Amino acid sequence: MEKITLFGKTPEELKQVVGELGMKPFAAKQIAEWLYKNHARSFDEMTNISLKDRQRLNESCSIGLETFSNVQSSADGTKKYLFPTAKSRFIEAAYIPDDDRATLCVSSQVGCKMGCLFCMTGKQGFQSQLSAGEIVNQISSLPEREKLTNIVYMGMGEPFDNLENVMKSLELLTSEWGYAMSPRRITVSTIGMIPAMKHFLEKSECHLAVSMHTPFHEERKKLMPIENVYPIAEVIETLRAFDMGRQRRVSFEYIMFKGLNDSPKHVNEIARLLNGMRCRINLIRFHPIPDTPLESSDETVIQQFREALVKKGIRTTIRASRGQDIFAACGLLSTKALVKMQSPDF
Amino acid sequence: MDTGLSGFVKKLPLKPLTLLDINQISTDAYILSLPQTHDFLPGQVVAITLDASIAPRLYSLCSAPKDETMQILFSVKPDGLLTPMLAKCSKGDQLLVSAPFGAFLGDEQPAWFIASGTGVAPYRSMLRAGLTHNKKLIHGGRFAHNFYFQDEFATALKDNYIRCCSQESGDGMYHGRLTTWLQQQQQLPAHQMYYLCGSAEMVVEVRDILIGKGIAIERIMSEIYF
Repeated sequence: MEKITLFGKTPEELKQVVGELGMKPFAAKQIAEWLYKNHARSFDEMTNISLKDRQRLNESCSIGLETFSNVQSSADGTKKYLFPTAKSRFIEAAYIPDDDRATLCVSSQVGCKMGCLFCMTGKQGFQSQLSAGEIVNQISSLPEREKLTNIVYMGMGEPFDNLENVMKSLELLTSEWGYAMSPRRITVSTIGMIPAMKHFLEKSECHLAVSMHTPFHEERKKLMPIENVYPIAEVIETLRAFDMGRQRRVSFEYIMFKGLNDSPKHVNEIARLLNGMRCRINLIRFHPIPDTPLESSDETVIQQFREALVKKGIRTTIRASRGQDIFAACGLLSTKALVKMQSPDF
Repeated sequence: MDTGLSGFVKKLPLKPLTLLDINQISTDAYILSLPQTHDFLPGQVVAITLDASIAPRLYSLCSAPKDETMQILFSVKPDGLLTPMLAKCSKGDQLLVSAPFGAFLGDEQPAWFIASGTGVAPYRSMLRAGLTHNKKLIHGGRFAHNFYFQDEFATALKDNYIRCCSQESGDGMYHGRLTTWLQQQQQLPAHQMYYLCGSAEMVVEVRDILIGKGIAIERIMSEIYF
């Protein structure tokens, strides 16, 4: 019989499991504390649970935490961890230390369906969704877990294409019974799946990052097929209609492509679209992927683009490229070489 | 007329529509017929679900605006949530359906339509709407029964209808994957549009082949099953 995986379950779900095992309901709270507060990796560590109940748990359940199976270290201190998931698949997570901050970029899917032209993950297609436990495992099983200050959902996959598990993972991270992290330390990135984004805005207090990459509809359609159904103008209209409060942050990610989206015309259209909106833009250098026709904009162009946006009153930053030498930089995460999938027929 | 660019949020609410008909057209594929409640453009999609507890999925309309009903082509994904339930629906059942939207739209320009499996749906809508001139359809499927609407396409496009069948051989079919067929083409027309519709794997692979053969990204339009 397949064992029940406990890591990733809420106290309510744990209550149901312990009930089925004939244990007292309060054991659910104890297990949650061991899993999420004390980071227990075996039932034997759960010393305030009776020996008999621990035996029951050992017989019927597994913790479900997975240790990383590989790590690569960059010259700049960035580390890329490879984690196993269900069905012998793999995901990557990037640990990015920076002075007094330490950010973990987590994956939400194995592969991705979105097919963005500039993204390495998209090249491997979609293999499977990650469970909430598999998402949070990237944090819990990270050797540098205690140093983490920020979590960004910007690894492999589109978080809002796995809405249920991503929302549950956010609950695990931000609940008092869970990791009790401030939602202000968590940013979820999306290419703009509007219905799921609305759900996230209503049900979570975490920050949001939207991949814009160009303000022009026809141009964005060529870069990001999602634009066919969820145009960036509609995404921004949705955000404008939502009261973000004073603390919550919306940012727009903008990869700079030479000769494609780095002109004054783009600055003007971005300013028109975002007029009066409290947000910021992160300019990102493009990290080339195999067989791409795209190139990164020159440094001077990126600087000028930033200055032009700032002059328009838009808070604009340039993201530092980190972990490029180990393919951990933005848009480079991929486990394509490890995907033991059947070659898809079409 | 909705151009697909405005009002998605307003259109998002799903409304109950009565299923007029459901036809199994292949071992794994079905066509749903629904009342045509809105104008739409060939290539647009609707969001569909059975009840509010199940997240709606997007499906391309495979009928033309001039048709009496809105039709959706879908194949059953054994590990999917919605399609096995849709396949069990009967005439008279209620579905929750959005208004049509989307911007994967055809026009009069010369174009190659490239699809895998049910990704052929938007092209059927475009072809039924009269967009047949200077069009070539390259359809990939595993088996002969995966070439949905093949009689219609053969009549409308004649030699410009290419079926690439990876698991079976048969009269008039190319035996192999559509990516292999594309790789074997010596030169691709540079000054026309290329429309891609299907799984992420197919779209990404075909797009790389086209770019590798010198097609500009401005000439490639993709629609992926999300």
